[in-house]
Amino acid sequence: MNLTLHVWRQSGPRDEGRFETFKPEGITESMSFLDMLDLVNEEITVDGGEPIAFEHDCREGICGSCGMVVNGVAHGPEKLVTACQLHMRSFSDGDEIWVEPWRASAFPVMRDLVVDRSSFDRIIQAGGYVSIRTGSAQDANAIPVPKPNADRAFDAAACIGCGACVAACPNASAMLFTSAKAAHLSYLPQGQTERLERAVGMVAIHDEEGFGNCTNHGACQEVCPKGISVDYISRLNRDLLKANLTGVEPGD
Amino acid sequence: MRRVLSLFDSTVGKKAVMAVSGLILFGFVFAHMAGNLKAFEGQESFDAYAQFLRDLGYPALPEYGVLWIARIVLLLAVAVHIIAAIQLWSRSRKARGSRYRKSDSQVFSYASRTMRWGGVIVALFVVYHLLHLTTGTVHPDFEYGSVYANLVVAFQSVPVVLFYVVAVGALSLHLYHGLWSVFSTLGVQNPKIDRIRRPLAGGVAFVLFAGYVAVPLGVLSGIISL
Repeated sequence: MNLTLHVWRQSGPRDEGRFETFKPEGITESMSFLDMLDLVNEEITVDGGEPIAFEHDCREGICGSCGMVVNGVAHGPEKLVTACQLHMRSFSDGDEIWVEPWRASAFPVMRDLVVDRSSFDRIIQAGGYVSIRTGSAQDANAIPVPKPNADRAFDAAACIGCGACVAACPNASAMLFTSAKAAHLSYLPQGQTERLERAVGMVAIHDEEGFGNCTNHGACQEVCPKGISVDYISRLNRDLLKANLTGVEPGD
Repeated sequence: MRRVLSLFDSTVGKKAVMAVSGLILFGFVFAHMAGNLKAFEGQESFDAYAQFLRDLGYPALPEYGVLWIARIVLLLAVAVHIIAAIQLWSRSRKARGSRYRKSDSQVFSYASRTMRWGGVIVALFVVYHLLHLTTGTVHPDFEYGSVYANLVVAFQSVPVVLFYVVAVGALSLHLYHGLWSVFSTLGVQNPKIDRIRRPLAGGVAFVLFAGYVAVPLGVLSGIISL
């Protein structure tokens, strides 16, 4: 395959950054997008240049490390996949491909396509947990959970924290991530005790980190590699409003 | 009150404030459309309806009493709606930081993409509309109290009618996205409502558009005349 690749290059957080164009040779349709970048990096290294920095780990779509905006779409043109599971067969010979990092002020670019997503960790630290002593494992059915709730909690728990929702959102809002991380607890009995404080705490840090507000475009849901539904955002809104109107503060 | 004010601290709370003020404004927009349609019943009926609105609440309240209470509530709703919108808009710009070289906006509906500029157009239109048919400042032949006559004279002009149609179109698009978003913003969680909220919002927006353009087009086509 012959492709023209424009990749965002930025040497560090303070560098302005620019696109660099590559015309790599030897790309085949069976390569993944990251395999293709590996190939480009080999060429760059042989020529004595700095390889393109990008994050990756499992390369099977479950770790949430990789992520880049390919031709204006987070994780590229295929639905329900991460960049590592995107294959070159999704492109045609002669295509021009623009590769950019997630762009959000809460995700500062560290280098090339690598962004710092520790703002997500801080949202989790603000309430994305259950603070009870768990002890040893209980009997499987000691706490009954209705099947629909178990399913909704599980679907929310599928979030891998890749950040595509923020990258795609016109407001750079992290409400899909935040709401999924709240919902996988709030649908289960163990998550009820701290449910409202959790909503207040997580939304407060979400805002403090500089993410935008949700305007119900639904772009996040479209690009989410795990297919997480915007309905969770509605649930988080409900919890937050209930907390506000009943005077629940974080840490109550 | 402190709790309501604390709502304004979070993005979610600001959106809720926008949703509630938007619902108040929507209620007005719907009632206003229904009232406008009385123009098809002729001069006497329309002017009597206008007089009824001025007298509403009398003698318990002074003349114009309910009218001014409604105006104040609407002004407050507009102010809160716009303040929250501007704050959230500026927040979103900061949150994106640098822009994408290439962006693919095909997943957004036209209504959602034009929410902000559509809102600005609607706000400017409302100012013009008040100067046109409430104070009569920009009306060619305004006579206070002759509501029906003022209306017929105003819509004799094709450019004015076209401008109204465009503005009402912008308003309907704005309300379409606004109305179905309200459910999510206020945390309504009911699968039955989730299924119907988009068609419901679309239907209401269409009824509003049709109801609003009917009167100026009725004047232009001679169905409504002096």
